[in-house]
Amino acid sequence: MALRKVAGRRGDLAKVKDSMAEAQLFSRRALMASMLVLLAMLGLGARLVFLQVHNHQHYTTLADSNRVRIQPLPPTRGLIFDRNGVLLADNLSSHRLEVTPEQMEDMDVTLAALGELVEITEQDIQRFEKLSNRKPPYAGVPLRFQLTEQEVAQLAVNLHRFPGLEIKADLTRYYPLHEHAAHVIGYVGRINERELQTIDTSQYSGSTHIGKTGVEKSYEAMLHGRVGHQQVETNAQGRVLRVLESTPPVPGKNIYLTIDTRLQRIAEQAMADYNGAIVVIDPRNGEILAMVSMPIYDPNLFVNGISHKDFDALNQSPHRPLYNRALRGAYPPGSTIKQLVGLAGLEYGIMTPHQATYCPGFFRLPNSQHRFRDWNRGGHGWVKLDKAIYQSCDVYFYDLALKMGIDRLHAYLDQFGLGRRTGVDLDGEKTGLLPNKEWKREVHDQPWYMGETVIAGIGQGYMLTTPLQLAHSTAVLAQHGQQFRPRLLYATQQQGSDRVIPELPRGEPPVPMVSRANWDQVIRGMELVVHGRRGTARRTGKDAAYRIAGKTGTAQVFSLGQDEEYDADNLPRHLHDHALFVAFAPASDPRIAIAVIAEHGGGGSSTAAPIAKQVLDAYLLELDPLYSATHETQSAG
Amino acid sequence: MKLSLLAEISAVDDGRLDRGVLRRAHLDGPLLLSLVAAALLGLVVLYSAGRQNPDMLVRQGIRLSLGFIAMVVAAQFSSHFLRRWTPWVYLGGVAMLVAVLLVGEVGKGAQRWLDLGVVRFQPSEIMKIAVPMMMAWYFADKPLPPHLRAIVIASIITVVPVLLILKQPDLGTALLVGSSGGFALFLAGLSWRIMLGLGGLGLVAAPVFWTFGMRDYQRQRVLTFLDPESDPLGSGWNIIQSKIAIGSGGVYGKGWLNGTQSHLDFLPEGTTDFIFAVFAEEFGLIGLCMLLALYFFIISRSLYIAVQAPNTFSRVLAGSLALIFFVYVFVNAGMVSGLLPVVGLPLPLISYGGTSIVTIMAGFGMLMGIHTHPRPLSH
Repeated sequence: MALRKVAGRRGDLAKVKDSMAEAQLFSRRALMASMLVLLAMLGLGARLVFLQVHNHQHYTTLADSNRVRIQPLPPTRGLIFDRNGVLLADNLSSHRLEVTPEQMEDMDVTLAALGELVEITEQDIQRFEKLSNRKPPYAGVPLRFQLTEQEVAQLAVNLHRFPGLEIKADLTRYYPLHEHAAHVIGYVGRINERELQTIDTSQYSGSTHIGKTGVEKSYEAMLHGRVGHQQVETNAQGRVLRVLESTPPVPGKNIYLTIDTRLQRIAEQAMADYNGAIVVIDPRNGEILAMVSMPIYDPNLFVNGISHKDFDALNQSPHRPLYNRALRGAYPPGSTIKQLVGLAGLEYGIMTPHQATYCPGFFRLPNSQHRFRDWNRGGHGWVKLDKAIYQSCDVYFYDLALKMGIDRLHAYLDQFGLGRRTGVDLDGEKTGLLPNKEWKREVHDQPWYMGETVIAGIGQGYMLTTPLQLAHSTAVLAQHGQQFRPRLLYATQQQGSDRVIPELPRGEPPVPMVSRANWDQVIRGMELVVHGRRGTARRTGKDAAYRIAGKTGTAQVFSLGQDEEYDADNLPRHLHDHALFVAFAPASDPRIAIAVIAEHGGGGSSTAAPIAKQVLDAYLLELDPLYSATHETQSAG
Repeated sequence: MKLSLLAEISAVDDGRLDRGVLRRAHLDGPLLLSLVAAALLGLVVLYSAGRQNPDMLVRQGIRLSLGFIAMVVAAQFSSHFLRRWTPWVYLGGVAMLVAVLLVGEVGKGAQRWLDLGVVRFQPSEIMKIAVPMMMAWYFADKPLPPHLRAIVIASIITVVPVLLILKQPDLGTALLVGSSGGFALFLAGLSWRIMLGLGGLGLVAAPVFWTFGMRDYQRQRVLTFLDPESDPLGSGWNIIQSKIAIGSGGVYGKGWLNGTQSHLDFLPEGTTDFIFAVFAEEFGLIGLCMLLALYFFIISRSLYIAVQAPNTFSRVLAGSLALIFFVYVFVNAGMVSGLLPVVGLPLPLISYGGTSIVTIMAGFGMLMGIHTHPRPLSH
């Protein structure tokens, strides 16, 4: 290789480069590179020899018959159980009819002939056409699902008349509890066009259904499993002659939910005919023991295509049964946040538990005539924190909120998860709304008014919370600030294995604590709500077997004029106030936290608290084995 | 005619040629001849793979002509001229990559196109040339082998556009651009110790990252990528079919227009990324050996030009361009024959379509220019 000496470059280089040595270095490297290229080419050549000489016969056979097909082997969907192993979602065996368009001679004639054997609706045909446009012509496309025994028999006898027709064994999702816990479990449905855009199409090439809502959706990846496939050789009619290669599917995992079905049913019953929601959380680990949204519906309707009539009935009902209120319902929290506002006041050092505020029955801003009314027109007189909580005095919290300012109020409540997603393992959670000045400037392009701070102190105005957020924040309060992300996943299990792998609590940064005594003060006030002689929920606490710390709330739906009276008897039901109640129990050793919202229920103390009591009783006295056992020995001793 | 051309070639090789048409046009005979041969071969295969569709042939012919025009134009630039403009080309390219991410058009789920009103083009395409140019420019006045500082800066020059292209995302182009930078470093004399060190670091880091840095589904995606045949319901199907096509071709091939796999529609993308399989089916092992030999000749000739070049800038630029072309060939053939993962790179000069023809040919134009422009005298 000829090397050239190159004259040194312009003289401004401090150091003259040794261009000779550099040229040599480059030549060596270039030579090495060409060796590398040669080696790579030889490697390619070896690969080609392997394919074209060594395996030539094999590939020639495959090419000649060219009947090599690839068939997906869909995985079995994982089952869903509750925490005690009660089956919530099952797979039932069924049959579906599949057609391979490539092997059809005349589609219309075949369909007409088939129509005499089994029922094929216009909807079936439309779906079939849509699906077959998306699949290669040699792939089977489902025409009918859920064939009856009789239809299977009819078809089996006539199958020889229709090349390209196949009856496939299938599994259909079934929800044995029907409407119970429907919003949590959700349902599967046929994969639709929009979902096809986002899913991994090879993973779903053998699957017809996909999780649409609830746990079925949020744990879709886990439940679905991984597709398998086999390479098969077929005859001219497309019937499989032999399997060349096969990779079995990996079935989806079984999952266990934190839900206790017994508690769930009791909570659903307790709601009677109220619309609304109940969320029950174990504050010690964030497990959701029950999550109720009323009214409920039967998810089985959706699995194989809901009829228009059924869908319209559900979708157009004014009660909106398909809407998961526990997760997505945004309600004004009303008085159920007063204990948190009080705690904020103590922790910020704005007041002490012994400082009293005078409540004349209304509150006025300086230099303003507008009266913010107390629910008790006569006023509560001198009010300290505990009384402000158990009597739910509005004026006390108007005053406190004003001293605190909206931004500090916002910052404190935010730590309890209000105004943002709790991160529960369900899709579509709503954030609710925890307003501050910045939010109002951005969204409404308006300054914040002092009066808005005043009503924020009693959970009115812009503030919105979901039942899940209320239950979560109550659980955090019960734990003195320790936070766990609410969750529904209790454990997982590989299908066919006995090993159940429990899910661990997901701890979150705790709410910082200035003084434990502050928290205890607030909790004491909440106990007096239920057990105090003048507590707003004293009737509920009358014969309680354990101590409950709770807070009633009533959220206005219908706003009153300055001098009007709320008169339930003369208002239609849909204008009645929402009834709210949050609580945890036992007060000194919290094992359960609950939030109840009964839409248009009237008052928190009259409607929501008794509902919560039924759920608490059921859990603590019967269902929670550890607590009910110790409790009995205590009362016996 | 043939004889005179041969005379030209030998004259160029002697390096003493001042007369001659080719020399005056700044073209390199052997390279030109082999490129023309590859392009013609491509048209022949395309005629078969495209089911003898004349429209396709015409369109491809136009594209190839554009490519050859780009080559002739690029050959007119002296290396001094190229060097002066290099930083601007590079910075302009990077700016356009950023613009693509901000305002680019989405096609096939990736953001690659920039619409300049009249023309739509992929700035990432420019980087296949701009990065080797910039690397050569950077090393031009540095002592070689490069010191650590130079290595770090050179790596940044390469990594920035690669990351921008990956973000689009366009794995194939990112791979090309990245490897062009790597080759430039290698040719500049990056020490073996550092190469081994980086390799060792990769070997250690990969399993750690695999275990702790990735989620389950990401691991699965990588596995499918590395072993496409494990996903026969997706991209693996192409590989299964292309292997049948190649394997059934045997030593002698089924003959032109007689490939059954491609014609019966079993082979997806038979005219574009998988045209190598069509060639293999119809021309067999013998045809493939000749094709690979032709490619090897193009690469060797380019490397030879690089070695002959008078200065570091020209050497590194020419060498990197030669090796990019190799990456094209190797990655495509390796993918189609099931040796490498599925990365969407065309078989250069033969695959149908692709804006890459123009950049590839412009690269060869630069090579020719480096070889044929008057150089500073020796001594």
